Amino acid sequence: MAEKRHTSTHYGKELRNIKEGLIYLGAMVEKAIECAIRALVNRDTELARKVICDDGEIDQLDVKIEEKCIRILALRQPAARDLRFITTAIKINGHLERIGDMAVNIAEKAIILSEEPPIKPYIDIPRMAEVARGMIKESLDAFVHEKTSLAQKVRSDDEIIDNLNEQVFRELLTYMMEDPRKIHRALIIMQISKSLERISDHAVGIADMVVYMVTGKIVRHAPVCKNVE
Amino acid sequence: MDDNHIIELNGVNFFYGDFMAISDVTMAFEKNRVTALIGPSGCGKSTLLRLLNRMNDLITGTRIEGEILFDGKDIYAPEVDPVDVRRRIGMVFQKPNPFPKSIFNNITYAPKLAGITGRSDLEYLVEESLKQAVLWDEVKDILDRSAMTLSGGQQQRLCIARALAMKPDVLLMDEPTSALDPISTAKIEELIGELEKNLAIIIVTHNMQQAARVSSKTGFLYLGRLIEYNVTEKIFTNPDMKQTEDYITGRFG
Repeated sequence: MAEKRHTSTHYGKELRNIKEGLIYLGAMVEKAIECAIRALVNRDTELARKVICDDGEIDQLDVKIEEKCIRILALRQPAARDLRFITTAIKINGHLERIGDMAVNIAEKAIILSEEPPIKPYIDIPRMAEVARGMIKESLDAFVHEKTSLAQKVRSDDEIIDNLNEQVFRELLTYMMEDPRKIHRALIIMQISKSLERISDHAVGIADMVVYMVTGKIVRHAPVCKNVE
Repeated sequence: MDDNHIIELNGVNFFYGDFMAISDVTMAFEKNRVTALIGPSGCGKSTLLRLLNRMNDLITGTRIEGEILFDGKDIYAPEVDPVDVRRRIGMVFQKPNPFPKSIFNNITYAPKLAGITGRSDLEYLVEESLKQAVLWDEVKDILDRSAMTLSGGQQQRLCIARALAMKPDVLLMDEPTSALDPISTAKIEELIGELEKNLAIIIVTHNMQQAARVSSKTGFLYLGRLIEYNVTEKIFTNPDMKQTEDYITGRFG
């Protein structure tokens, strides 16, 4: 759909600027997750510390984007599609910032785990991270291209993460029952798995806001099409 | 006619000579509701408003087609006296236009013509109208003073009080706050919210935020056509028509 330009080109520029900021922020948090998982798998504490340290930049960008949104609300009084865009941007911004915090959590856990011998090689955790990162990317693509179909895919991908999370939980449970000395490490890995699950929830949150932005309908609490047994 | 409707337009066309200013407008205004009409300059919103109490009759070379029902009766029917229509459908204009008389006489001018002459009746009417227009406390001690000494915002509220003195069923407002400062504007908007309890208000405004704030339904006109008529919240968050969205987000022209 060809988009008509704003009569005020400056206003149009401000809106585009927010969109670009969010895409950049999305790239930053994707990288943070990727690094945090790499630090975990490779027992690389230096990389883990870098993730923790770099979160400051994510926080700064989060504040900057929010300020720009508030400025537009105050000065431009956006309506209709612009209003939906701004409210969506504010919420996506919040989700991305929280995802950054989850990456920090994982990095912190990676440092703790590096001090003890591994329980077992990581298989499901990197897979979860990969799916979660894909969800973030797709939810932001949906935002940029205003595609609700992509947003819907993110919603259904959440199920893969939930299943993997449960699988990790069951597996770790058997390790803990076998050997109580592994309980501490297993609990920490569970927290990592939980963080990844939260990340995917944030991606779903972003996707839901995209549906709102495009259609005007708030679908956040609509039942997800899940195959409940 | 629906019981909730006070005015209904059916296939209304309106011409200034050969120029078609309103084209095929069908819509209904509800009782005890504020309806806003928005659109770019020249879209016909003021013309439409003025059709509702036959103000356009005063312009030569105009012609109307279709029907406008007020309380179920066509106000353009030959037997209808336009003065009666205007008595029940009052109007407030862009620029405050009080009569160069005292505040008291501004209010009583029309009721006297309509046959109300008792001093106490008139005094009661003045107080009631000024209270309704939230002007009473400011002018109760200076009722004999010329209306022209009031501030613009007070003059506009006086004009509203003057319109209310005739106990109209509908109040038409054509850009009622465009000549006023923000405080006076806020007072008039507050007043509109109060008046809605007693009568229907139809307001034409260029200030879209004002339309959003005061009205429950909004009509968007463009080139004499009613493009969209919808619940105000819907118009300003997620309008059905692309043209409406382009206009209210400033993507027009």
